[in-house]
Amino acid sequence: MKQSNSHISGYRELALILLGLLTLTLISVLITELHFGALSVFVALTVASVKVFLVLLFFMHLKFESLLLKLMVGMVFLLFTLVIIITFIDYLFR
Amino acid sequence: MSRSHTHTEPVDHEAGKIGMWLFLFTELFLFGGLFLVYAVFRSQYTDSFHTAAAELNAFVGTLNTVVLLVSSMTIAMSLTAVRKRQTTRALILITATLALAAFFMVNKYFEWSYKFHYDLYPGSAVMKNLEHGVILFYGLYYMMTGLHALHVIIGMVLLTVVLMKVKIGAINADNFLLLENGALYWHLVDLIWIFLFPLLYLVT
Repeated sequence: MKQSNSHISGYRELALILLGLLTLTLISVLITELHFGALSVFVALTVASVKVFLVLLFFMHLKFESLLLKLMVGMVFLLFTLVIIITFIDYLFR
Repeated sequence: MSRSHTHTEPVDHEAGKIGMWLFLFTELFLFGGLFLVYAVFRSQYTDSFHTAAAELNAFVGTLNTVVLLVSSMTIAMSLTAVRKRQTTRALILITATLALAAFFMVNKYFEWSYKFHYDLYPGSAVMKNLEHGVILFYGLYYMMTGLHALHVIIGMVLLTVVLMKVKIGAINADNFLLLENGALYWHLVDLIWIFLFPLLYLVT
């Protein structure tokens, strides 16, 4: 029976991650203000993905969790991506 | 088999955490499914979605994004505080998280009321006369932000329970699974919004 994780995130580290997240938010808002059209969509979603990555790894502590957990999360995201891709393949070929 | 009534079963922390993550996976697919619906209809009604999204207030959306990001930090910090036996700091941080959550809900209330004021809600007479793509956008907007808001409320209830347990010492440096899991739930609420925000407010 495993006990709790020995790694405790520092206050400073967490604050720095927030700073990064706020910066990314600012970037995504500014990019879309500049109206690059379809590219804006791509950039906004890419920035959102980076933010999700930061929240997952640091706020949700995944970076310091077991390999099992990391693999499970990775697999779930992969599965979700596949569902989207396959659905779109269906729609695009109707 | 008889046991002493004062004996408490030791908590398998790792298993408890994995259990919470499994639940979070189901939540990801719940919202993921809605994102997929949004993506498909957006690809089919690009122009309508574009014009409808412009009606949303990007400033309030951005403000709410900032609010949730900060709240994710405060709840993550509260876990550090509990583990370092800094109880007062933990209580302040969890309270801050709850305050930010309440602020988010107030913003949401104003956003939705503003739309209701113009009779822009699913099934209204005004809505029925709009383009099909616009009707779909608003349907998705209310469904997704509504379901998300429900999760914010659930999160607030959960974190209030956590706050009380930290106060009485039921959650402490040796026993903090409930806080950790509550924080994970809250981070999920934040994650969902991180994707909702650009999809609904920014991709105009």
